[in-house]
Amino acid sequence: MSKMTLTTEADRYVLVTRNFAAPPEVVFRAFTEPDIIQKWLLGPDGWTMPVCISEARPGGKMRYEWTNGKGAGFHITGEYIEVQPYTKIVHVERMFLPDPTPDNHIETRLEPDGAGTRMTLRMTLPDAETRKMMLSTGMEGGMEASYVRLENLLQPVAH
Amino acid sequence: MTTSLDSQFAALADPTRRAILARLALGETTVLELAKPFAMTQPAISRHIKVLETAGLITRRIDGTKRPCRLAKPGIDAIDQWLDMLRQALDRNYDRLDKILIELQTPKGEPTP
Repeated sequence: MSKMTLTTEADRYVLVTRNFAAPPEVVFRAFTEPDIIQKWLLGPDGWTMPVCISEARPGGKMRYEWTNGKGAGFHITGEYIEVQPYTKIVHVERMFLPDPTPDNHIETRLEPDGAGTRMTLRMTLPDAETRKMMLSTGMEGGMEASYVRLENLLQPVAH
Repeated sequence: MTTSLDSQFAALADPTRRAILARLALGETTVLELAKPFAMTQPAISRHIKVLETAGLITRRIDGTKRPCRLAKPGIDAIDQWLDMLRQALDRNYDRLDKILIELQTPKGEPTP
């Protein structure tokens, strides 16, 4: 299993590649079916996704809500733009912190690689203001709030 | 002497230190100000600052009795912090997905690992 790579492209995009030990048909399900998404798209340990709407068709809506079970939570909303079964998913999403971040345009490609799948994900690099907000919002409210925001961005807590 | 990437990543591995860097992304600050939002003693915060300083992520100057901190390379560090956060999050998610994919390919009726 090759490791994940994460690189920036032209100061505008983030490129992520990763191999999975399952054929594209299975990986595609894991990226689009709500009951499967709820099992892995969780960020740090301890977070759950009680609400997952994923209408994987062009124009279909998505809404993911996360909670840490201690009163903290956040959500994203989005729309599917292009869905080509097993090969390509294009969608936009925005995160509410609590104000919405600018739309993030995300393209996910899946291609067979041996018996498995190679994923290539391209997303918009948020502008400096948005990155700063993602990193530092909530600090004035104390460490707990700050951690909530940091963890929102899917960060495992290193202990 | 150049600072190794390893020490930078080690410095970034701690959530408190990431929060300190996030605060410094907004501008130069004293240790006292930095300590305010944290439920930690000033010496504890000072230790974190020392780690960040040793890793070359922040610099301090002398201003009378104060030694205000600022990011060593504001622009680059801000992007790297964000990318590091994204990288860790995706790593965690995809590791979890690896296990789910095994379950999805296990015929029903058989015990899953």
